[in-house]
Formats: sequence, structure tokens, C-alpha cells
Amino acid sequence: MDRAVSTFRMSGISVNFGGITALSDVTLDVTPNQVLGVIGPNGAGKTTLFNVACGFVQPNTGTLTWRDRELKRLRPHQLAGLGIGRTLQGLGLFDRMSVLENVIVGADRHARAGFFSGLFGLRRSANDERALAERAMTVLAELGAAEHADQLPSSLPYPVRKRVSLARALVSEPDLLLLDEPAAGLSGDDMAQLGELIKGLSRRMSVMLVEHHMDLVMSVCDHIVVLDFGKNIASGPPERVKEDPAVLAAYLGDEVEHDNPATTRS
Amino acid sequence: MTAFAQRIWASTLGRHLLLAGLGLVAVALVLENTSAFRNGQFAVMAYMGIAAGGLTVLTGLNGQLSLGHGAFMAIGAYTTALLLDDYESAPPLILVLLAATAVALVIGAGVGVAAARLHGPYIAGATLALAIAVPGIALYFQGTLGGEQGLTVVVPDVPNWFADAAYFITANDVSSSKYVAYIGWFSLIVSYVLLANLSRSRVGRIWRAVRDDDVAAEIAGINLGRARVLAFVVSTACAGLAGAVLALAVRLAAPSGFMLTLSLALLSAVVLGGLGSLLGALIGAALLTFLPQVVTSIGLDAGLTDLQAAELAPLVYGLTTMLVVILAPAGIVGTARAARRRRRSHP
Repeated sequence: MDRAVSTFRMSGISVNFGGITALSDVTLDVTPNQVLGVIGPNGAGKTTLFNVACGFVQPNTGTLTWRDRELKRLRPHQLAGLGIGRTLQGLGLFDRMSVLENVIVGADRHARAGFFSGLFGLRRSANDERALAERAMTVLAELGAAEHADQLPSSLPYPVRKRVSLARALVSEPDLLLLDEPAAGLSGDDMAQLGELIKGLSRRMSVMLVEHHMDLVMSVCDHIVVLDFGKNIASGPPERVKEDPAVLAAYLGDEVEHDNPATTRS
Repeated sequence: MTAFAQRIWASTLGRHLLLAGLGLVAVALVLENTSAFRNGQFAVMAYMGIAAGGLTVLTGLNGQLSLGHGAFMAIGAYTTALLLDDYESAPPLILVLLAATAVALVIGAGVGVAAARLHGPYIAGATLALAIAVPGIALYFQGTLGGEQGLTVVVPDVPNWFADAAYFITANDVSSSKYVAYIGWFSLIVSYVLLANLSRSRVGRIWRAVRDDDVAAEIAGINLGRARVLAFVVSTACAGLAGAVLALAVRLAAPSGFMLTLSLALLSAVVLGGLGSLLGALIGAALLTFLPQVVTSIGLDAGLTDLQAAELAPLVYGLTTMLVVILAPAGIVGTARAARRRRRSHP
């Protein structure tokens, strides 16, 4: 399939919540096939940045650009159609629907049958359903969850459910995947598998992830943006960010920062 | 099963049409072998079933609570009464049924757009207001809508082709009440086939996704407002059709027929049967129609006075509802399905 290769650009993003500055003048680019990680201490504004990226929060200033067009007044349901997939912090699975149905919902962007073919049970609807189910099964198989297709999510262990929720985001075949704390609740082995998976995905799409597990971020990301108190205090490849004094300061507490007042910008 | 029957069963539409055909045969057998009085009761069950079917889709599949579906039945019934006001100018019955459905659908769309902006208890409140206000409209426009007395409905004669066909098959003549019961059940079967098709399609899946987790559904690309309005409109269209059958069955559209209790009875039928299940809606409608009769006659046999026996019926219905809600909150069909699932996974 021919894919529109594009850079996702957030520039000059500022967000205020009633006088409190959650983000101030944050700029970042997710270039094609890049894995970009956003890290920072608790309360640094990671989740807000993520919510701006997917339209849940309207920034006070700043613009989002995708496929050379500015995304204005982005509504969350429009993301999928633009080729942007995302996962939720936690799971957000549909509890009373089978794993397969959960994933098919994610493929809705590719559905062709409308209301009337569903109402009258036309062949068009049945064929469409079959095609969607095939797409969903392919992705489930890729993530090693195909054998759970007919089960309810609640009957599965947490790491499997996590993969189902990732499958639901992947089945829409996004060009940009936004992952909100994908490693939350995963143990070492599962996290390592997730890392391999994300690296593999970057061959097909760009990935932006918000995460606080340093090992995962350092091992999978090509580029890292560090936030602290809503500001972008450092960015660059993992090995450089790891050594950055401002980053060390932010993570180790303000003691270091006071000792090195000159190093708070990269 | 033969290969052909298996193929039919494997396709969603084939399965639904097969069940519809069997349902039609069952309906004919029952209506032909029961009295005119029972025929009338089956017509009641049919319109309650149609309205409950629409409501169970809205509440069970999409998670929206409506306390005002009686108002949409009133809209369907008054549309029918206005169209069937005398023998001479009566349009074909099928057009009357479609018109009643369409009017309720259009008004439902208007209400649905407003309701889609509301959540949970607020939708319930808004629809509750509707259930109370709509009968009042009939009182206000006394000239056109007949005020307290309402409008009488002139049920057209049984068409000759229908009477002939029925006689050919059953060797019985078709009384007017049996004709209405047939119309009611035919409407029920058609509407259930369409609702079952929808709920097995992409549309139904979207409704269920929105019900289970609206944020996740939105991220998957689903327009929440559109999904909610669509579910609302589909269910009000059913209520409109149910209202039309009601008008034919009681030959009257009057405000007293559409008090709040009607809306609440519909909701209780849906909860009793099992939310989201059409079979459950039908069982609920049957309980709603026949339980009071059965209880009253049991009461009379047990030596109660007429009044005592009549008062026993709502008591038993209320207790049944409470028992189901406490012991089997998934409703009759939901509980049966869960039990079957458990048996299958732990043989």
C-alpha cells in the first residue's frame, strides 16, 4: 500500500489550565519512521502534550501540522481518518465485546458498508464484516493474541489485554502511532517484548510515546524530548539526553539544578 | 441439516429471515386457534414488543436510558388517527404504518440531537419531560387532536385478498381484531428482522463500543454524537410503529393511553427480558400483557373479590420485576445466556 510519508509537527504549544501553565512553548517533530519518546518527571506535562497531540486538549497557542496541513480544531474521532492511531493510558477495552470485536472497532476507518446495507442485511455488509474480521485477525496474530479472539477481555491476563488494545490501534493502519504509557503495568519480560515490537513497528510508521520507564525509552527511541514543569528542557538522541545535566537535574531533584544554574537549557 | 440449510443459517440475513418465517407460522397458528378476545391481547403484546424492541436497542446496545418512549408511541398513534379518520379517504394501511414510523423518526431525530449532548441521568430527565409533556399537547390542541376524549381510529375493512388468502390457508374467516393482530405481528417481525440485522452489523458494533467506553470508541474514529443520535432515531421509529399498531388495536388515540406509566412499563419489560436482547424484549412484552390477566384470574379462583384480584396484578408484576433485578440483573435472557456460557466453558 502506498503511504503518505509525513512529519508530525507540534510547534510552540502552550497550554494553561486556569492560570497554571501546563505546557509552555513546546516544539517537536516526529519524522517519518522515527520513534520519539517524551519523558519527564511526574507533573512535567507529558500527558497534556499527548492530549494536545490527539485533540483532547486545545492548546492556547501553537499549531499541529500533519501531512503538510495544519490541524485546526482537531476532534478526537477525526484522528483515525487522518492516519493517526493512539492507545489509552490503561486499557480502554470494550468489556462486553469479544477480543475480535474490540479490534474490529479499531478497523472502522476501513469499513465500507453503511447504515442501509446493515439494516437490510445486504451482502455488501456481510462481505465488509468478513474483510474487517480478517484485518483484525491478521493484527491479532501479529501480536500473538489470535487464540483469544473469541474471549472477553476481562478473562485475559493484563499483558494480553494490553496487546489487544495495541492491536486495536494498529488495525487502522496508522502512519503515526501515539502510545500513552504503553509499558504501564508490564513486567520485565513483557516490556522487553513490547520494546522489540515498537522497534518493528517503526519500519511501517512513526511512533510517539509518552513513558516513564527509562530502560524502554532509552532502548527503543531514536529521539527523546524531556519535559520539566511544562518546558522542553532537552532533546536529542538517547545517549546525549542521558548525559544532559539539565535532565539529570530534573530527575535527581533541584539540588543539582541550584549547583548548575547555567545548564538548564540544551 | 442439509448443506443448503447450513448455508442459510451461516448467513446473518438468512438466519434472521428463517427465524422470521418460523415466527410468522407460529403467529398464524396461535391467532387462528384463539378467541377474538385473545387476538386482541396478542395485538397488545405486538405493539408493546415493537416498542420494547426499539428501546432495548437504545438502552441495551447503546447505553442510553429513555423514560419517554411512550411519547413517541403517542406520536405514532396520533399520526395514525389523523390519517384514518373516516372510511372514504383512508390511505393504504401500509402507508399509514410507514407515515407513523417516519413522523416519530423525524421528531426523534430532533430530540436525539439534543439528547446526544447529554449524558446518563440527564437524558433520562429530558425524555421524562417529554413523556409528561406530549399527552399535554393533545389537550392543548383540542380542535385537531381531540382533547381528553382523543381521536377515534377507523380501522379499514379487511382487504379481500387478505381474507381470501387467510381462508384458503386456514379455513377461518378473518375478524377485524384478528386482522389487526396480524398487522401487529407482521410489523413486529419486520422490525425485529431489521433490528437484528442492524445489531449484527457495523452499526450495532459501533453502538456497543460507544456504550462500553466512549473515549476509546472516539479514538477508534467513531463520531459519538452521530452514533448516539442514530440509535435514538432507530428506537423512536420503532416506538412510532408501535403507536400505529396501538391506535389500530384500541381504535383510539387519547392522552390517557400515553401516561408516564406506559414509558415505565416499556422500560421494565426491557429490563425483565434482558437489556439488548430482542427475545428478551418479546418476553418482557408477553409478561406485561399476560401476567396481569393470569394473576387476576388466579386471584378470582382463590376467592378474592374482583377489586382485590385486580389489585393483585400490579403487585405481582412489581415483585417479579424486583426479584429479577435482585436475583438476575442481566434479565431473563441475559441470565440464561450467561448460564449457558458457564456450562459450555466448564462442562
